[in-house]
Amino acid sequence: MSTNFPTRAADGLRNTQQRRNLAKATNTIRGKTAKVTAELPDWEALREAGKAIKREAHAKLDQYLLQLEEMVTKAGGHVHWAADAAEAREIIVRLTRQAGTDQVIKIKSMTTDEIELNPALEEAGIRPYETDLADMIVQMAKERPSHLLVPAIHKNRVEIRDLFRAEMGEHGTGLSDRPPDLTRAARAYLRQKFMETKVAISGANFAVAETGTVGVVESEGNGRMCLTLPQVLISIMGIEKVLPRFDDLSVFLQLLPRAATGERMNPYNSLWTGVHAGDGPCEFHLVLLDNGRSKILADEVARETLHCIRCSRCLNVCPVYERAGGHAYDSMYQGPIGAIVTPQLRGLEEAGSLPYASSLCGACHEVCPVKINIPQILVHLRGRVVREGHAGKGEALAMGVAARMFGNQGALDWSLWAGRLGQKLLMRDGTLPWLPPPLSGWTLSRDFPALPEQSFRDWWQKREDK
Amino acid sequence: MRVSLFITCINDSLFPDTGRAVVRVLERLGHQVEFPLAQTCCGQMHHNSGYHDDAVGLVRRFVDTFQDAEAIVIPSTSCTAMVRGQYPYLAQHVAKDEGLLRAVEAMAPRVFEFSEFLTQKLGLSDVGAYYPHRVTYHSSCNSLRSLNLGDGPLTLLRHVSGIDLVELPNNRECCGFGGTFAVKNAETSTAMLTDKMRHILSTGAEICTAGDNSCLMHIGGGLSRQRTGVRTVHLAQILASTAEEPWA
Repeated sequence: MSTNFPTRAADGLRNTQQRRNLAKATNTIRGKTAKVTAELPDWEALREAGKAIKREAHAKLDQYLLQLEEMVTKAGGHVHWAADAAEAREIIVRLTRQAGTDQVIKIKSMTTDEIELNPALEEAGIRPYETDLADMIVQMAKERPSHLLVPAIHKNRVEIRDLFRAEMGEHGTGLSDRPPDLTRAARAYLRQKFMETKVAISGANFAVAETGTVGVVESEGNGRMCLTLPQVLISIMGIEKVLPRFDDLSVFLQLLPRAATGERMNPYNSLWTGVHAGDGPCEFHLVLLDNGRSKILADEVARETLHCIRCSRCLNVCPVYERAGGHAYDSMYQGPIGAIVTPQLRGLEEAGSLPYASSLCGACHEVCPVKINIPQILVHLRGRVVREGHAGKGEALAMGVAARMFGNQGALDWSLWAGRLGQKLLMRDGTLPWLPPPLSGWTLSRDFPALPEQSFRDWWQKREDK
Repeated sequence: MRVSLFITCINDSLFPDTGRAVVRVLERLGHQVEFPLAQTCCGQMHHNSGYHDDAVGLVRRFVDTFQDAEAIVIPSTSCTAMVRGQYPYLAQHVAKDEGLLRAVEAMAPRVFEFSEFLTQKLGLSDVGAYYPHRVTYHSSCNSLRSLNLGDGPLTLLRHVSGIDLVELPNNRECCGFGGTFAVKNAETSTAMLTDKMRHILSTGAEICTAGDNSCLMHIGGGLSRQRTGVRTVHLAQILASTAEEPWA
């Protein structure tokens, strides 16, 4: 397995600075989102509405996508269909080349990371510049994002200052680690890119079938710059992002910012419909990406996965994410949502350890603004891992033995008897401080209780006999 | 009332005192307790690890064993959540068996977690217990989220005489057990446990209690390894203890 969560998590757990950064950041966001979601009297009704709209959009996805294509085209845009990542990369590289440029500016977009667009652009001789502050930091550090919404959450300002000093040329010289100074340097550096670049690539938070409108929400204004200044705008979105009606936005524009960053409204909300002479880009392309989504849609338990609006609230409440860190998920999509999205997109053979990267505590389900039952989907995917033969042979054997033991009272009694005999070798002060593999993970940090001489069943039967 | 106990495999084999305590409390309250001998395990370990076909076998066994029960009481929050919350999934999506689905759905309203049975079915808050110790309560994830037990278990604890009940900081956060998660992701699980233990120790409690011995086995295993001198005790044992017959 190339994505092995336990191994990668061990690296994150040892990174004590990252653990402190993450605990502090997620704690702060948790507090903010809890406060602003609680202040809306109809928050629960909004969640239900969000879920209902997504369900409706996905039930008739084919119709809504065709309607979207029709409306975008009518408004002067061009729609491209991409079955997988390779096709999407090919379309975007071709469109960029046609514009005759060797650099593009990018708005924070998880979908472009999903299809690994940046390396493809670089290979084609086109330099992509991330303009979201955190994405820019991650790009400069030659790392991968570690959080859906706060890609550089694992870094503190001293680390960022050092990076800016090394990577920003004149803008980074002698920089302090004060947030206003860091922001000023980033702004000066980025302004130049906004002014001189002809092509922008964006993701999309929503697209409305009824009107052909595409939308992006953000906090820094860099998105608005990318969406208005260049001549050519290429937007890519997963097919699940389509909403039936313009009015549906009223639900999601409340759900998303409150759940994501604890803001009542996003500072920048950009909506665009096709092209308009003399106003904004004169060419607009919308790439509609499947890349495994229709397969997810076909699974009646897991299809809720596609409801996700990428708010990242599940990451911020997840005790596993907080400690292991985002890089442990080896994916653009981290945390609880990543643990269900990634294995479905990339396959269980490659990402089969991710559905197990959860204690099933349910905190993610409790807060999800569109009520995705993540724990249920995790368990559902674990069933597929086992059925499709990606579980360890030793584990399958042990589980089979345990199932037979529990299927037969006599066998259970016999194994308890054998256990009581066997534990005598390992017992110290009434507990077992060491167990052999595969249980050795337990005794890494915990004693195991010794089997008592009398089970409850024995006690009960003796009592009944009296 | 005639109460059928589902004692759970972990309690039966590793924590028989919890089962004895449940019997003591229910009989003290005047109920007729029975223990169907055919029972084994709810199937949670198999289910949560992805061995769904094996889990279906245990669902059928559970249904056969408890079909005629008036009330099924389970001293484990996670096993109760399994029976009530996950049996329908297994019947519908794994066994694809309409009859089994109807059977587990018909059974669900008669299934109670132990504290839930006392507070919600019997409407009690004081069960006449006496327990002169400083205690902190860990709300297991299943009691908080799958079963929505709310303040029920704490209400029972508040009515225990002699108890010095102290609040556990960050009490909504998972202890890191998660069944086979504790073994498969042992290091992450340990990191979560370490924080949980830090919060427990900050209360100065002698005892940490909960409604689930699997969380307590994990927390208690860590507290024992660290030689903290803090013990874990199932909620039922605290409620079983009286001035005349203190629970050892």
